[in-house]
Amino acid sequence: MQMHQTARNDVLLELRDLETRFYGEESVTRALDGISFQVMKGETLGVVGESGCGKSVTALSILRLLPKVSARIVGGEVRFHGCNLLELSDREMRKIRGDQIAMIFQEPMTSLNPVYTIGHQIAEAVQIHTKASRSVAKAKAEEMLRLVRIADPERRVSNYPHEMSGGMRQRAMIAMALACSPELLIADEPTTALDVTIQAQILRLIVDLKERTGTAVMFITHDLGVVAETCQRVIVMYAGRIVEQATINDLFASPAHPYTQGLMRSMPDPRRGRQRRLPEIPGIVPSLRDPIVGCSFAPRCPFAIDICREKTPVLRDVRAGHTAACWRAEEVMGA
Amino acid sequence: MNGPLLKVENLTKHYPFGSGLFKKAIPVIRAVEDVSFTVDAGETLCIVGESGCGKSTVARLLMRLIEPTAGRVLIDGTDIAGLKKDALHAWRRRMQMVFQDPYSSLNPRLTAGQIITEPVENYESLSRKQRQALAADLLRKVGMSPEMIHRLPSELSGGQRQRLGIARALALQPSLIIADEAVSALDVSVQAQILNLLLDLQQQMGIAFVFISHDLGVVEHIAHRVAVMYLGRIVELAPSQALFAKPVHPYTEALIAAAPVPDPTRVRLEAPVEGEVPSPINPPSGCAFHPRCPLAVERCRVEAPPLVPMADGRVVACHVRAPATVIPPKPPVAANVSFIGT
Amino acid sequence: MGLLIILALAAPLYAGDPVNIDPFKRLQPSSAEMWFGSDNLGRDVFARTIFGARISLVVGMLSAASAALAGLLIGVIAGYSRSFDNVVMRVMDGLMSIPTILLAIALISLTGPGIGILIVAIAIPETPAVARLVRSVVLGVRERPYVEAALCGGASLPKVLWRHILPSTIPALMVQGATVCASAILTEAGLSFLGVGVPPEIPSWGNMIASSRLYLAIAPMTIFAPGICLAITVLAVNLLGDGLRDVFDPRAKRRR
Repeated sequence: MQMHQTARNDVLLELRDLETRFYGEESVTRALDGISFQVMKGETLGVVGESGCGKSVTALSILRLLPKVSARIVGGEVRFHGCNLLELSDREMRKIRGDQIAMIFQEPMTSLNPVYTIGHQIAEAVQIHTKASRSVAKAKAEEMLRLVRIADPERRVSNYPHEMSGGMRQRAMIAMALACSPELLIADEPTTALDVTIQAQILRLIVDLKERTGTAVMFITHDLGVVAETCQRVIVMYAGRIVEQATINDLFASPAHPYTQGLMRSMPDPRRGRQRRLPEIPGIVPSLRDPIVGCSFAPRCPFAIDICREKTPVLRDVRAGHTAACWRAEEVMGA
Repeated sequence: MNGPLLKVENLTKHYPFGSGLFKKAIPVIRAVEDVSFTVDAGETLCIVGESGCGKSTVARLLMRLIEPTAGRVLIDGTDIAGLKKDALHAWRRRMQMVFQDPYSSLNPRLTAGQIITEPVENYESLSRKQRQALAADLLRKVGMSPEMIHRLPSELSGGQRQRLGIARALALQPSLIIADEAVSALDVSVQAQILNLLLDLQQQMGIAFVFISHDLGVVEHIAHRVAVMYLGRIVELAPSQALFAKPVHPYTEALIAAAPVPDPTRVRLEAPVEGEVPSPINPPSGCAFHPRCPLAVERCRVEAPPLVPMADGRVVACHVRAPATVIPPKPPVAANVSFIGT
Repeated sequence: MGLLIILALAAPLYAGDPVNIDPFKRLQPSSAEMWFGSDNLGRDVFARTIFGARISLVVGMLSAASAALAGLLIGVIAGYSRSFDNVVMRVMDGLMSIPTILLAIALISLTGPGIGILIVAIAIPETPAVARLVRSVVLGVRERPYVEAALCGGASLPKVLWRHILPSTIPALMVQGATVCASAILTEAGLSFLGVGVPPEIPSWGNMIASSRLYLAIAPMTIFAPGICLAITVLAVNLLGDGLRDVFDPRAKRRR
């Protein structure tokens, strides 16, 4: 799985030139500006970037969960098993969600219903998608709680979400998401709201379950440390575009996009000395309301030359299985 | 000046948990229990721990935003925990705070200039010109353009807002700044900018920091000394380098092991520590960490371990790793408890 | 709404005499001289309606203002002081359980009719709602980090209240004030209709409807004119409240 495989039948999900826009009263935000990538069967793909880069919008676009009034997918395709999800009816889409693609969120409280017990909610998810009988579904709920290592699942099935701790709720969310054995699990910052020791437990759980069930995972996070511990391949996003895509080892060993490089260097690292100034990325993220000419990172980029400000770089191979959208990727890798 | 800038002795805060009309024994949340530490001028002390460990309560106690149940907070030898309002007003100048959330810690109705000059105007009256000059100066100090003076917080980015929060704290030229998760809400690249700013300010003005964070990467980068808290108590306090090189308390060890490291080639050996942080309403007996501790022995269940000084200048509260050979005399608990406006 | 106020203020400039009794022109239909016709005593209905607007607006606004002011004061203190909070909010709960009309009738029967006592009588039962609202806003805002930040900066409590807490109560107060104003206008009309509000010689919508109800079949305009005006005014006041909130709320401003 470490290798970049292009055999068609291994591709589970493929995005082609996806464009999503948000419509305000006076402005249009180009939240996604031509996103293309693939998720292979059974792999863990990390999507990293800072707030506003479009990583969550990507997930919501795939599942067609964007707010209907203010957002629209204006172009591109989302192919799941080769079938374009954007062309499905709402009913067909509902069948895909939860059944074949499941999602977990940063704050489990928002997606758990506070008035039903955990067991009821998991059983309901099972029933909707498998038409199992109530008793079978209930047994399945208990089994799922055991799978996500919630202690004492026989008792916990009758707990309400507010009776559980944050870590436990996230486990319950994962149990619910995996109850129908989806082929793809989209995890949007699932550990960001958790404490470090609990985060370590949940990350370990997601990795273990992925290995056991063979579910592909799309792991959205802002934390490069989390990516390094969980993912096999990574996509780096900036200002609504993908700027780099590589296997985890390649990315950390030799980042080919100056943004990725800047991000890594700006993380505190005791090996480079304590109490010293960190190399920072100057400036701020551009507004996605105004059209961006050239490379969106150019104004902050130490490598920027004239062409960067004039022509938008496209993703290109810098070596096997490693692509970057930078005119000077080779120089960046050498730096 | 001799002695530490800030000395905290046996600081304790209990919250009543639920209150009824008919008061029998009201259970208390032991948010902070017998916390003592010192901070020297120009030093950075980090307090780390997970949610509910009491680190934010310590910050608020230091600022006297809430009143301690017991204990003393001394600045240059003066106990500010016992001070009356007027005297406290004068001491507040020495200590300022930077908040976690750059959105809710700025009044959305005031301009950048108004926000950062407000503290000074609580102490002296400024003319229009003085105020402008002060605001411009403060903005420059935190790396912002003086043109930002008329902007509203909603027109600024998260990083710029946090710079404003720091400028506000600098306005009174304090000798100590308490930063409560000041970079936690920021993106990595912005976080680096703010950390650099804090380091610069420390170097230029000799400001001491009490830096509260859950992010060990950040803590390791900026701390001189680190205090690790668990369920309201300090379990280990050590020079930063020593702490990260060789954690002694099993909780410190677990915390460092659990932090994700941005290095995919690192092979993770340890299994993460099991279980969750227990409730501070009904903490475990003895050592609060014993239910999750791989080293726990019978004694840990019964007896709370005292903080024991070690050879390399650290103190650790653990029966197994730091057994108290001679039980050190406990410093007297200060009894001056005061309540104002509660 | 602005139009209504201007019309009411400028009434003496263009409308006829609202109290002039002309026995020969009783219950006339609309005409060029008297746009809405005349009532049972031959008074100009149009003029009376316009002058009635002045009474309604004055009573409405003054009641709203006094209820808002009293509510603000009580609400802010209750939001900040626990002991005061417990006592005062129970008193407020008590006040809330007294029907407005009954309290007004009781008060007026003690002192005799008059606009001043009417305003007081309407403002008292409206105060608790305002106080409650202000208190809840204050309770929410006082926990905000920027209030703590101000305290850290050495600001005194009154200063924090004035600079950071009061302004955030304004939007809610505006909406509530408009609601109070609208209901005060209605209460005034109701009381006048019952004969315990504004003295009958002063033209007010309530008085007009009361005195014209016998002549509904003959001269419908005498009832419809004040009635419709009443409805429009109440609606306008409520819309104004929404508008004011948008103006005062910095977040709403940014969205636009």
